Amino acid sequence: MFDRDRWQEIFTALKKNKLRTVLTAFGVFWGIFVLVVMLGSGKGLENGTRNGMGGFATNSMFMWTQRTTLPYKGFKKGRRYNFNNTDTKALKDNVPEIDLLAPRLQGWSGNTNNNVVRGLKTGAFSIYGDLPDYNRIDPVTILQGRYLNEEDVAEKRKVAVIGVRVKDVLFTPKENPIGQYIRINGVYFQVIGLYKSQHNGGWAEEQEQSVEIPLNTLQQTYNYGDAVGWYSITSKTGISVSEVEDKAKVVLRQRHSISPDDKEAIGSNNVEKQFKKMDGLFTGIRALVWIVGIGSLLAGAIGVSNIMLFIVKERTKEIGIQRAIGAPPWKIVSQILMESIVLTTLAGYCGLICGVGLVELINLFLTKQAANNPNPERAMFLNPSVDFGVALTALLILVVCGAIAGLIPAQRAVSIKPIDALRYE
Amino acid sequence: MNNKAIISVKNINKSYDAGINKLHVLKGIEFSVRQGEMVSIMGASGSGKSTLLNILGILDNYDSGEYHLNEVLMQNLSEKKAAYYRNQFIGFVFQSFNLISFKNAMENVALPLYYQKVGRRQRNKLALEYLDRMGLKDWANHMPNELSGGQKQRIAIARAMISKPKVILADEPTGALDSKTSQEVMDIFDDINNQGVTLIIVTHEHDIAMRTRRIVRLRDGVIEQDYIPQN
Repeated sequence: MFDRDRWQEIFTALKKNKLRTVLTAFGVFWGIFVLVVMLGSGKGLENGTRNGMGGFATNSMFMWTQRTTLPYKGFKKGRRYNFNNTDTKALKDNVPEIDLLAPRLQGWSGNTNNNVVRGLKTGAFSIYGDLPDYNRIDPVTILQGRYLNEEDVAEKRKVAVIGVRVKDVLFTPKENPIGQYIRINGVYFQVIGLYKSQHNGGWAEEQEQSVEIPLNTLQQTYNYGDAVGWYSITSKTGISVSEVEDKAKVVLRQRHSISPDDKEAIGSNNVEKQFKKMDGLFTGIRALVWIVGIGSLLAGAIGVSNIMLFIVKERTKEIGIQRAIGAPPWKIVSQILMESIVLTTLAGYCGLICGVGLVELINLFLTKQAANNPNPERAMFLNPSVDFGVALTALLILVVCGAIAGLIPAQRAVSIKPIDALRYE
Repeated sequence: MNNKAIISVKNINKSYDAGINKLHVLKGIEFSVRQGEMVSIMGASGSGKSTLLNILGILDNYDSGEYHLNEVLMQNLSEKKAAYYRNQFIGFVFQSFNLISFKNAMENVALPLYYQKVGRRQRNKLALEYLDRMGLKDWANHMPNELSGGQKQRIAIARAMISKPKVILADEPTGALDSKTSQEVMDIFDDINNQGVTLIIVTHEHDIAMRTRRIVRLRDGVIEQDYIPQN
């Protein structure tokens, strides 16, 4: 492959008009640069958004009660009803596809009166009744202490796991909240855990100003009977959560005398579907990036093709001499192709390096910023990166582009009769 | 000197399209050149001498007739074949030297061997030998634009010789040189011919033609005269 005469010729041709070569190379450089930066950014956006979902189980769903919209079994429409503890048991018994089942009940929302007190400090927080399994469906990061466990539930302990925002309001920064007591609507609870959300934005804020206590403690202490606010459910491995959703709804409709045709009575949110939607979105973004990137790369390659036509024209006579001396056509064609590929690949390689460099720089900047900020807003843009496969694909595309760009000029070079080429001035 | 015909041309016709009219340039040319001959082709411009040389050099094709080079019929060749025969059988010397500007003297001389896939070291060694024969060994690393016309033409001759061709075709080799240099170049051709190399020189200069051993005079596409010059 290494043929000194060939390389001498390539660099002579490219050096002859440096400005022209540089300008042409810039087209390809820019094409690959844009492609790489866009791919990196797309990845960053995807990482950020996925990270914002936290450790949310992708096979999870939620169900809550709404008003009925159809009359059924003598009940008129618009009726309100509640899930309860017997529903929980019925779901467990009748829908074997359920892996985790976490009934939840919200005692108070955080935007009412101050409901949590510690000494002179008070705050308004959301109070949730939970089972330990909930932390396996929408996990939080435990900073201190522990999450609720089965013992807490079995003994109906008055214990609470609090979000960081709650701690900020009720405790001084140096205080250790674990083991301390807080008063929730007049009843004392011992703090056993402190957590941080894994989501970002408003979702995280909301979650971090909540207090979680055992479900049955909430029901009994505050006179909620056996009411359940909503269910969080995950499906067993290999089973679609949509299937579980349908089965669970059948069970619940029957138990609460809701018409099988009433789609509105049980509200639900299926994370699986949302993830699929998001996957579709990012596939779309990626496709768009490739289309635009390849487009600008193509424009660069056409520039190379154009300039190669020029070079071939300039060197018509020289090519004529080479052919008179006995250069076979393939030698001429491969020479032009090589020139085109070398120009494209060199320029593209620079673009690739600069693009990856910029993406890495942004990454470094983001990481540094996140490290300097003690209480980071979780960003929508995280770890932009270009993976090796993509870089390799881009390089391959470059070589192919270079070859295609050189094809027409090379054809032109050998299509002229040697005698005409020799006479060309 | 043996009698094998290196070049044998039978009833060659060639015409060009010139708008509506056809320009009949060669009208049934017949002649042959035996190994070791030194022939000049003369004629006024438009007589067809350059066209004939191009056909002999397989740079151009012809309409009808037969052309045998080294007893191989040269007809309807693919460009690949044509390039091969040019490389194997023919050495070219042009009026405007036609050296490759970005290669030095030695590399220019070695170029035909490059297309024969001779290794770089080997072909440069050979090129130096041929340059030495032309008295240009000291100029081996000079670029063409640093050389005089006579030097360039000597390099071109060395380049034509290096592949040991059956015939050297020279198209107005002295056309761009002063008369003193022209005579020097002709001295070299004499030398080469004495070593047994066949030479065909197209020229319109009488004194150049007189230094060859045979003159073929073309006029309007036919051979008008084919004679041995008497000094």
